[in-house]
Amino acid sequence: MTTADTAPLSYPFNVAESLDLSDAYEQVRNSPGLLKVQLTYGEPAWLVTRYAEARFVLGDQRFSRAESANHDEPRQSEGRRDSGILGMDPPDHTRLRTLVAKAFTVRQVEKLRPQVRQLTHELLDELEAAGPPADLVDRYALPIPVAVICRLLGVPEQDRPKFRAWSDAALSTSSLTAEEFDANRDELRAYMGQLIEEHRRAPRDDLMTALIDARDTGDRLSELELVDLCVGILVAGHETTATQIPNFVLALLDHPDQLSLLRERPELIGGAVEELLRFVPLGSGAGQARYATEDIDVGGTLVRAGTPVLVAVGAANRDALRFDAPGTLNITRTGNQHLGFGHGVHHCLGAPLARLELQEAIGALITRFPKLQVAGDIEWKTQMLVRGPRVLPVGW
Amino acid sequence: MTWEIEIDPQLCMASGSCAAIAPDLFVLDGAHARPPHDRIEEDERALDAADVCPAMAITVRAAGKVLGPRP
Repeated sequence: MTTADTAPLSYPFNVAESLDLSDAYEQVRNSPGLLKVQLTYGEPAWLVTRYAEARFVLGDQRFSRAESANHDEPRQSEGRRDSGILGMDPPDHTRLRTLVAKAFTVRQVEKLRPQVRQLTHELLDELEAAGPPADLVDRYALPIPVAVICRLLGVPEQDRPKFRAWSDAALSTSSLTAEEFDANRDELRAYMGQLIEEHRRAPRDDLMTALIDARDTGDRLSELELVDLCVGILVAGHETTATQIPNFVLALLDHPDQLSLLRERPELIGGAVEELLRFVPLGSGAGQARYATEDIDVGGTLVRAGTPVLVAVGAANRDALRFDAPGTLNITRTGNQHLGFGHGVHHCLGAPLARLELQEAIGALITRFPKLQVAGDIEWKTQMLVRGPRVLPVGW
Repeated sequence: MTWEIEIDPQLCMASGSCAAIAPDLFVLDGAHARPPHDRIEEDERALDAADVCPAMAITVRAAGKVLGPRP
């Protein structure tokens, strides 16, 4: 077991303007023990890059998210992000998650498939009518998850430009000051607070109304928790999926053999999306540090109580000890238990919805446009927690 | 009252939510989660786990009657 105190390595490794996994991860993954890293802000942390240890840390209750509030949490920006439910441990976390979990189960989400499919067809009709080149992000990748989460939660779709700016800032890693972070969060909270009041006056058949009911008649969450939960669902409910749609398109265009296989056998879309979730490292780097609440051995390194651990799921998803030919995109891969949605209590609440949206969006797009191609310069998101094109011009 | 826990391996997506909520009631040491004991004493956490399972793979019963996931 090692507890060596060597100088921490500067982190994150990935560059923003690509979807590649930094080579540095391979070296770290093949070295014994954990690596100590230093983010731009906060205290140094242990970095986990192997699959088995990633699952262990994410799934073990002795690692706490809530503890990060009591420490100088490793982070990419000066201001501290309010992580809401992502910053909680059981039983508080379980109490809130239980309230929303039902809306996002496989069974519940599957009912939305016809709507999502129709939406993709409408957007593709509009694209075709407008003619190439077109920005796939603005005209396809964003409108799909935005429309779905807005309808599900009960947020007006036409407010998209408003919450788009707030949501961008919430996921930004640019050096927003603590004041700027707070101002942004307060605006988003005020916006959601007003929507909640409207729903209180006129209840509807949506998730916001159900949560208001849980607050007002069940007293199962505080008003602030209610507001933050709705904010969290809105932001998390569209940004990641909207980013992965163009990312997956780029990854498929980069692997023409896999793309033509998927066009020949559209029934492979389920496995293809799983493989793309494994293969495409969405994040600029690991975040949401887990704090050890006791001394714990992780992969041969003694992690002391009160020390943060970062889990690089993108690296774990390319661990050769878990996946054959991990660097190969293979849409027919089986037994693909990737960590793209995380693991443990914080496993992505919206995973079934994201899967469905990605399956429908990618499937419909490549079927409609057999000659889909990049038709212009890609503008990348920079200084964001997620990586992907901000603008992706495509032709067909 | 004894409760029975059942996990449908066809549905389980190995999110690990259940094992993280109640590691003594659910373990994830293979491709799918499993209860180390099919029968347990009443335990609210078993219902919590059934409620938050994204795959709705967990069923909790008492004397054949379904208690969780709760409606």
